[in-house]
Amino acid sequence: MSATATGWETVVGLEVHCELATATKLFCACPNAFGAEPNTNVCPVCLGLPGSLPVLNERAVELAMRIGQALHCTVKPSIFHRKNYFYPDMPKDYQISQYDEPINVDGYLELPDGTRVGIERAHLEEDTGKTTHVGGGGRIHEATYSLVDYNRAGVPLVEIVAAPDIRSADAARAYVAELRAILVAIGASDARMEEGSLRVDANVSVRRPGEPFGTRCEVKNLNSLRSLGRAIEFEAQRQITLLERGEAVVQQTRHWDESDGRTHTLRSKEEAYDYRYFPEPDLVPVAPPGEWQDQVRALLPPLPADRRAHLAAVTGSTPAGVALVVERGLDGLVLAAVAAGADPERALTHAEHNLSMEGADRLDPAAFARLVAMEVAGELTATQAKAVLVDMVETGDPPDDIARARGFEAMGSDALTAAVDEAIAADPDAWASYCGGNEKAKGALVGRVMKATRGQADGKAVTALLEERRAAAPGPA
Amino acid sequence: MQPMADRITRDDVAHVAWLARLQLTEDELDRFTGQLGAVLDHAADVEALDVGDVPPTAHPLPLENVLRADTPRPGLDRDVVLGMAPSAEDGRFRVPPVLGEAP
Repeated sequence: MSATATGWETVVGLEVHCELATATKLFCACPNAFGAEPNTNVCPVCLGLPGSLPVLNERAVELAMRIGQALHCTVKPSIFHRKNYFYPDMPKDYQISQYDEPINVDGYLELPDGTRVGIERAHLEEDTGKTTHVGGGGRIHEATYSLVDYNRAGVPLVEIVAAPDIRSADAARAYVAELRAILVAIGASDARMEEGSLRVDANVSVRRPGEPFGTRCEVKNLNSLRSLGRAIEFEAQRQITLLERGEAVVQQTRHWDESDGRTHTLRSKEEAYDYRYFPEPDLVPVAPPGEWQDQVRALLPPLPADRRAHLAAVTGSTPAGVALVVERGLDGLVLAAVAAGADPERALTHAEHNLSMEGADRLDPAAFARLVAMEVAGELTATQAKAVLVDMVETGDPPDDIARARGFEAMGSDALTAAVDEAIAADPDAWASYCGGNEKAKGALVGRVMKATRGQADGKAVTALLEERRAAAPGPA
Repeated sequence: MQPMADRITRDDVAHVAWLARLQLTEDELDRFTGQLGAVLDHAADVEALDVGDVPPTAHPLPLENVLRADTPRPGLDRDVVLGMAPSAEDGRFRVPPVLGEAP
């Protein structure tokens, strides 16, 4: 991006909130469900009614630990605080959160390209209710009143705070994509940005490389990876423009507006809230014993980084090279096909280029291996193999049946040789030109063979035969 | 009367009262500044002790890991809940216009 081109470095720190995939809320037994009728999942605890008391959800603690472990954090004894503020999205007028003693600290996340982003902490807290502003076209400042739904109030969240280790919009997107993949892989969250179960805030600053960090601005309202990238690039450029004009960056919270592609001032540091944090007297500390931590760790599935490393080793590729296949969840298919005898490189190529469709992960590995074998043996061309593969995913039929039904008969070498000789005879000009060293002329000859065989000839085999014929032909006088 | 009132100023008390959205009279500001000063004096007594080897007390109850199973239970009936509110609309609580985004 331009920020680096002009001698500036962008520094990004990300805060990600994810809703945990529990059956109930963090401190009460109300269902944790997205999309229910407003205020149908509420009780005295999450409505903050007098006399109600919170009781911590065991499963939420387990999922928080799982997130910490997947991010290589240390799980620590922790306590809850009250974060006090007045806003109708929390009926208690405070949010229960972890403050100076969070459950997970000091970890890292490794991106597919091998770089590491530090994780400062990953703590438990409760989500807020949902407010809708009515009147004034939905704009807050012009609203005539607001409506509140408390179904989401009290839903368990883990807030994951990364160190300011990210240096570009692309790296920020890669971080969130990887974090999302981890959260889904370990079953901690469905991590859907569009449904708000994964929410990202970005702290952005710029500096000359090697200098101390600049003043940062926090950007909110990032609802997609695209918004995240665009907002970081806009915000970095805004700050660079200010600094190059000799003006200062003012520390503030800014709101990303997807429609105009800009960030707008939300509040300055002077207006920053004083949350009067104090320990939550209604909850005792949570200090997961080592035994419990070990049990949770034992259930941790292989993480995307491990899966990439394994698939790369088996197929002779690199972790970055197999990232897309792992992201699609097709690494299991490729590994099983290789175990069934498939050529690893061909199997990987198909998974990457020809299996982006729904249901590809349910393909029978043995049938997939058989298809790869047919292709390697020259019974199918690459194009034919792709067509058969598409049918296999759709119908579940074996590759031999599909190839036969589609008329993809293996071309005998005699038939192929005859077709090549016919092409040479039919286009003596192209042949002479090709023999004279014009490689481009080969295309016309291959094209004739393909046309004559209705595309059933293998392009590589045709080329090989043409080269053989040329080598045997008498040289130019 | 206000022995160590410099531990907290009248302005501090006014600020804290504003954070808690409490409207205090001039007399109350004077009185609470004195009372809070006394509380801080007491805290200073404790602070003067060497408590280097005493672990911090997070909670007066000697308990930890009080947890419940993740089993859903139906909550309150929506009509009952909304019936307790001063105003409701469209299945939701109706509240006065909010100034600004959530913190």
